[in-house]
Amino acid sequence: MSAPSLTPSKAANHRRNPPRAAGPAPSGGRFAKSLKRNLTAHGFLIGAVLCFAVFSWYPMVREFFLAFQKTDGGTTTWVGLDNLTTVVNDPAFWQAWRNTALFTVLALVLGFAVPFAAAVVINEFHHGQGYLRLLVYLPVMLPPVAAVLLFKYLYDPGYGLLNELFGVFGLPEQQWLQDPDISMFAVVVASTWMNMGGATLIYLAALQGIPGELYEAAELDGAGILRKIWHVTIPQTRLILSLMLLMQVIATMQVFVEPFLLTGGAGPEGSTTTVVYLIYQYAFNFNNYGAAAALGLLLLVLLAGFSAAYVKLSRAEDE
Amino acid sequence: MRSARFRRVRRAGVMTLVSALSLSALAACGTSSSSDDDTGTKSSGSSDPAAPLDPKTKVTITIDCMPPTAKQAELKQWKEDVAEFNKTYPNVTIEGRSTPGQCLEPPRFTAMLKAKSQPDVFYTYFTDLPQVLDNAGAEDITAYVTDKSVPLLKDIDPNVMASLKQDGKLYGLPTSNYTMGLLVNRKLFKDAGLDPDAPPRTWEEVRTAAKKIAGLGKGVAGFGEYSAGNTGGWHFTAQMYSVGGEVVDASGKKAAFNGTLGKQVAENLHAMRWEDDSMGKTQLLKWGDLQKQIATDKLGMFLAAPDDIAYMVQQLGAKYENFGMGPIPGERNTLAGGNAYMIKKGISPDKVKAAIAWLNFKNLSVGKGQFAWARTKADGLPVGVPQPNFWLNASKTADDEARIEHATMPVENFRSFMDNPVAGKAEPPKAQEVYKVLDNVMSGILTNKDADIDKLLATAEQQVNQVLANQ
Repeated sequence: MSAPSLTPSKAANHRRNPPRAAGPAPSGGRFAKSLKRNLTAHGFLIGAVLCFAVFSWYPMVREFFLAFQKTDGGTTTWVGLDNLTTVVNDPAFWQAWRNTALFTVLALVLGFAVPFAAAVVINEFHHGQGYLRLLVYLPVMLPPVAAVLLFKYLYDPGYGLLNELFGVFGLPEQQWLQDPDISMFAVVVASTWMNMGGATLIYLAALQGIPGELYEAAELDGAGILRKIWHVTIPQTRLILSLMLLMQVIATMQVFVEPFLLTGGAGPEGSTTTVVYLIYQYAFNFNNYGAAAALGLLLLVLLAGFSAAYVKLSRAEDE
Repeated sequence: MRSARFRRVRRAGVMTLVSALSLSALAACGTSSSSDDDTGTKSSGSSDPAAPLDPKTKVTITIDCMPPTAKQAELKQWKEDVAEFNKTYPNVTIEGRSTPGQCLEPPRFTAMLKAKSQPDVFYTYFTDLPQVLDNAGAEDITAYVTDKSVPLLKDIDPNVMASLKQDGKLYGLPTSNYTMGLLVNRKLFKDAGLDPDAPPRTWEEVRTAAKKIAGLGKGVAGFGEYSAGNTGGWHFTAQMYSVGGEVVDASGKKAAFNGTLGKQVAENLHAMRWEDDSMGKTQLLKWGDLQKQIATDKLGMFLAAPDDIAYMVQQLGAKYENFGMGPIPGERNTLAGGNAYMIKKGISPDKVKAAIAWLNFKNLSVGKGQFAWARTKADGLPVGVPQPNFWLNASKTADDEARIEHATMPVENFRSFMDNPVAGKAEPPKAQEVYKVLDNVMSGILTNKDADIDKLLATAEQQVNQVLANQ
């Protein structure tokens, strides 16, 4: 009963950072003891660390060096910034970045709002919510290639379902994926349909974590559905929304599969060439691994910025 | 506090670097770059290239592209050929290396070259020569290849041999070659009232025939073209060659398609797509798409190589009888390519001689090896596809006769192509990068009714010049 009383926040800190012993830490001895005590755990860890080291970390380190090397000619030579110069001087370079940015913006407008709206709607249903969740998640279970083929048939200007429907309503036929002005938009719609299931479930979980009393209080104050969303739902899910936004930026900037399969990669007049497709071309069409690595490095630097923000937000959520 | 953190960071940095270096060292250990392959002279036999292979010397050579188990008939023939070869050369042991799928997949091939892990005798495309030489991968076999070691050498098309030479030195022996022509669907030709035995010979005739075929309706296209995955640029190049144009000039440093001929090719395609509506609505097609369309009687014509027919029959279930082939319209030049075997740089002169003896027996002897048409027919494999077609003079006559005698398909359907050979022209330098840029021209023409052709060509010219300047 004489235990010191700590405030909750101090208790949390106490759990996180155990006080160090006074004086210099006998690190060698403690490490050995800890190693001995958790031998099995370390055994398991070694396997995982080795796998990460060989298949994840080493390729990253190698890619970093490769960005400044030329591997043609059997031997590897250092070329400084030559690969970066090659990449930046590529006629497709700026177009790829513009297209990637356009995809990201469109994917955020659609791919962010649609799953959130779907989650809000599903959350309103008290009966049959399980079926709705399943329905929304089904496209995620479809292999991407099958989903893309489905959209290729929908979008086909000759015999596609969309143009058939347009015909029924007397609207002019569209070229969808083949029109440089709307091809990226068509890719984003397909991509959103294919990927929205996962995001919807995350939003739904966040929504279901909101205490019911808040909505009851809002209803007592006379709030309608829109005001409840604005004043309760959005503030309560703000953090998860921010995290999802960042994750989506990181994911959409690496888009490759959808444009590659839907439009053959480049698209009409290069309108769906993305940065990752360009990396693919350097590596596997032109065998210029140095240039591929250099462009990969540029993308990495940009995404690292977003990742840093993501980590910072994750910490904010923890606290 | 700050210095402690700095120490930790520094320690972590050093650990990372040490780990990375250790892993690099381990990875380096894994590559198989055998030093004795590079030294060149470790022969026990005669190093005089003109001298015949010493029958007392035991030689083992590894050969690329032995048919895999899944290709039973081809594998049976390979084994028969090895046994037959060993009757003359009992001292030579042939070790076949089998690859599933295609013999040469570019990324794997490049990796193999860089690791110097290619077999003693390795399979290449004609267009691989610069890459192979950059990687010091192939032996100069000029002195070894004579009319004694390859008796029919004088009857091989010099254009084909030129594809395997650089600076006057020979680096490979051909196994097959192709030139592009106009592939036609005979059923659709007949349905549209056209003569399938006389495919169009000019681009104007192609346009007229395409309109008639598209007039059949039911989603049938008269003429098809690629515009994605670099294949659009590849076919734009073929069309440029067909009208006597160039894509890159003789210096290899400047684009050469933004002129009268380039505009003519682009305008013709644009008119067929948008004025005549004879090219179908679905565009952004790439390799494989047009083959599927013509195999299912949805397409009348497209530019193709003869091996497309074998692909459509063997993979897509089409029938040989339904196809025919004419020369490329325009007939000024056509895009040419092919496959060859090269010999790994640094192996002993005896091995080089044994390799050439094998290649001569397997690939360059009329009536034997790949040209044993009676056996090919007996084994249920196709005979009559107009490829390979690199023979001249008496060898050509003998091979053509044997091919016709044992044909498993109506070879007269390909007569127009065979009787009107068009001079082949190799792909331009930096071919794939150039094709990537030209894909935009093709997709622009075929997907945009209001395409500004002058602007498309000017932009592509500027971009190709940039690509060529970066060599």
